Parts: sequence; C-alpha cells; structure tokens
Amino acid sequence: MTPLELLLQQLINAVSIGSLYALMAIGLAMVFGILRLINFAHGDLIMVGSYVTLLLMGLGLPFLAAAAVGIAASTIAGLLMERVAYRPLRGAHEISMLLTSFSVTIFLENLAIILFRPTSRPFNAPPILRSIIERGQLRIAGLDLIAIAVTAVLLLGLTLFVRRTDTGIAMRAASQDILAARLMGINVNRVIAAAFAIGSLLAGVVGLLWSARVGKVDPLMGFNPVLKAFVASVIGGLGSIPGAVIGAYVLGGLEILLQGLLPSALTPFRDAFVFAILIALLLFRPNGILGSKEREKI
Amino acid sequence: MLALESVDIFYGHVQALAAVSISVHDGELVTLLGANGAGKSTALMAVSGIVRPRSGSMRWNDTDLAAATPYAIVGLGVIHCPEGRRIFGGLSVLENLRMGAIRRKDRAAARSDMEYVFSLFPVLSERRHQTGATLSGGEQQMLAIGRALMAAPRLLLLDEPSLGLAPLVVKEIFRVIRELHRRGVTILLVEQNVRQALAVADRGYVLSSGRVTLSGTKAELCANPEIEQAYLSRAPEAGQ
Repeated sequence: MTPLELLLQQLINAVSIGSLYALMAIGLAMVFGILRLINFAHGDLIMVGSYVTLLLMGLGLPFLAAAAVGIAASTIAGLLMERVAYRPLRGAHEISMLLTSFSVTIFLENLAIILFRPTSRPFNAPPILRSIIERGQLRIAGLDLIAIAVTAVLLLGLTLFVRRTDTGIAMRAASQDILAARLMGINVNRVIAAAFAIGSLLAGVVGLLWSARVGKVDPLMGFNPVLKAFVASVIGGLGSIPGAVIGAYVLGGLEILLQGLLPSALTPFRDAFVFAILIALLLFRPNGILGSKEREKI
Repeated sequence: MLALESVDIFYGHVQALAAVSISVHDGELVTLLGANGAGKSTALMAVSGIVRPRSGSMRWNDTDLAAATPYAIVGLGVIHCPEGRRIFGGLSVLENLRMGAIRRKDRAAARSDMEYVFSLFPVLSERRHQTGATLSGGEQQMLAIGRALMAAPRLLLLDEPSLGLAPLVVKEIFRVIRELHRRGVTILLVEQNVRQALAVADRGYVLSSGRVTLSGTKAELCANPEIEQAYLSRAPEAGQ
C-alpha cells in the first residue's frame, strides 16, 4: 500500500466512525444544551431501534421498510422517555435528572434482557451494507461510505433546521436563556420534545449503522456508543451542537490514529491511550474546543 | 386592564410580596418604584406567570393570570421585557426579533412591526446580522425592547430598562418609552431611575420590603416629601 492509499484508507475509517459518534453526540448535546441533563439512556435508543428492525426483518419485511419503522421506534421511545421520566423533573436538580437517566437505562436494558434474552443475535444487513470496494490495495467498506453520506445529509438537514425554522431557532434560544425563552412565549416543553425527537431519530439511524458494522445486536449495545458520544461532546464543549460534531470527529481520528501507530501488543489498550490524550486536552481547555466559559454577567 | 389584588408571594419561607394591590388601566403608563429587593421584579415575574402567588388575585381584563402559563400569558399580549436585557447572545439581531414574534400568526403585521422597531432603533437595522453578544449594553437593551415589541404587546412589562446604561442611552430609551405610551401601549415600568420614571409615568407605586407604601398620580408622587427627599432633591449623579 502506498502512503497515500494508507492515508486515504485511514481517513475513511476515521470519518466513518467519527460520523457515528457525531450523530450520537448531537442528541446528547441538544438535550444537555436546554436541560443540563446528560441523558445516558440515549444509548438505549440505539438498542430499541435495532431490535425493532431485526424483529421486523425476521417477519419478512424488506430491510428499508424495517429500518424506517426501527428509526420511528427509536424516535417514539425517545419522546416517551422525555414525557415519562424527565418532564416530571422539570426544574429539579441536575443530579436528580442524571440519576433518573441511569434508572431509565437500567430499566430499558433489563426490559430488553427479559424480552429478547441477554445473548446477542446476529444482525444480517443487506448485501449493499456488507459490500467491499477494492481499488488496488485499498479496501473500502460500502457501509463506511454510506455512513459518511447519510451523516452528511443529516448534518445538512439539522443545520437548516436550527438556522431556518422557528422551532430550531427557539431551540438555540432556549439553550442560551431558558427564562427569556419562556418570557417570549416559546413553548419550552415543545422545544424539549423536539430536541428529544431529533436526537432519538439520529440514534435510530446510528443503531442501524452500528448493528450492520458489528453484525449483531444485544441488550447492552448502547453503552459503548453513548460513552463515546459523551466523550465526544465533552471534547467539543458540552451543549454545543457544532462542538459535539467536531469532538466526534476528533475522537474518531484519535482512535484510528492510535490503532495504526500503537505497537500491536498495546492496541487492546487503545481506548486507555485515547482517554489519556483527552484528559490532557481537557487540562488545557476545560470547557472543550467550542465550549464557552459559563457566561459572566457584566 | 391589569389588576393585582392582595397578592402574596413567597420564595421558600421568605415573603417577597405582601398584600400587594396594583392596577394599570388601558393606555396608562404606571411605574413601580422602590429600592433593590423591594419586590418590583417579583411583581412582574408574577404577572408573566414565572412565579406563582400564594394568595390574592391577578387579572388581565377577563383572564385570571394566576392560573395561566407564561406561554398562555404571552398569547394574551402581556409581554415581559426582563431585567438585565437577557437577549439571546448567540442569536443574530434578526433571530432575536423573530423569537419575539414566535407566537404571532399575522406574518405581514410582524414584518411591518420589525420595520417599526428598526425605525425606533436604526442601529439594530445596521447590526441585523450580528449576534446579540457582540452588541454594546445600550444596543442590547434596544434589542430587548425591540424583541418585546415584536410580540405586539397590549401590556408591556419593562423591568429596569435604564440599568447600567450611559446617560445618553438612557435618554434614548425613555424617548422610546414615551413614544410607545403615546401610541397607546399599556406599560408597567419598573425603575430605580425615579426622576426619569416619574417624568414619563401617569401614576406610580412605591414598594418597600414587598409592600406598597405609597401610590398616586405623577403630581402627587412628585409633591410627596418622602419621594422628594429620597430621590428628587439630590442633584443627578455625574458620570454614571
């Protein structure tokens, strides 16, 4: 492999995994921006969408139809989560909300264990998601290209949404000053529900791409992605949507870089090295790349 | 008209308002005066539904405000321009104004209101694409008032619009308050700048420690020895 090919190969790997982290991190960032809630149960929405898709495919539905219903199921699960678990806590302490997100996680994961058994099930993605494009030494997974393209489309749509629509601008307004937002007549409950709906929809998409990537689904599959998304949004600056995206690609890049550079004896400990670099980064920029200091009043 | 009757408000065990009765008739400009912590902002927060009275009644025309949500209250045309400006710093001037009009269905009227806001504050028009955080303090106050006007207020609650601003900007802000009053907007103005507030108001109330201790028309308040002594006899401070 020529150095250029190697670079291209690794770049695609990094952007592809970074894209999945980005779609997850956006959901965390949107909710945190308004509610100051780190919703760890966000990862379980991945699991919900993937299981629904898998079960429908088992019933003979074509992949695209099953995937659409799976994504819808994630979205509805996210809306329900907000309504049942978080709305009653409006105005409660941040710690109470954080603990609630842990209980939601424990509830959903155990529900999945009861319904689907704790063992993993194979996830047979359609051939196009399993295809490999070979050009000389270069081996590019079709799934990677699709993940990148889908993310690009979703990011564009999201940007238009938060820049152009009343609800999108209201979402930014509410994350900057929720009291002023209420005084202007912004329906904060609706804005929060919209943030959950969009974040959950993105999580549903991630679920499919993730399941196709690892080839299986299991009740605890949401843990790793949500952890990575959390780290990504901390790198970028908690609560900032562009920050979450940047942080996700930085994290993806670091992982792939270390995967390539570390001696093979150390690659199992890759994440330890990644997190060590993050700790160093946060020592210099405690609020993340785009994070602003808590606004001081003049 | 706005009518508060015997309103009691508590923050935990601390009583912020005690048996406060205030009224503002249609088209009136009424000012609420008093020292820091007297309960002036609390009274406005109660009217806009952010804090709830423990007892007493609050009515706007035929609607019971004590039972309404902030969202519903904005829908009635009762618009609160809060202390400290609280514009959306990350949003552009245009987006801030758009958020002021978010409850409105009459898009065309909202557009012409935006032109009106720009005619009141031409500097906002020049800075329409800048984010709120990049504006000066005076411009931010203008934006805060402009944002409130975009909601087409029937009752405008203005909380300390002159706070921390240079004398020239204060003059500008009060010129606009006078202009809004002339156009028939009903205004409840909270101020610490007593001289300026009494200059534009029809009537006023003085709050201290959560109670109304004094009320009357502009002439009555200006002639009151306590007001005279506490606020009006001093020469205006130089170089604020």
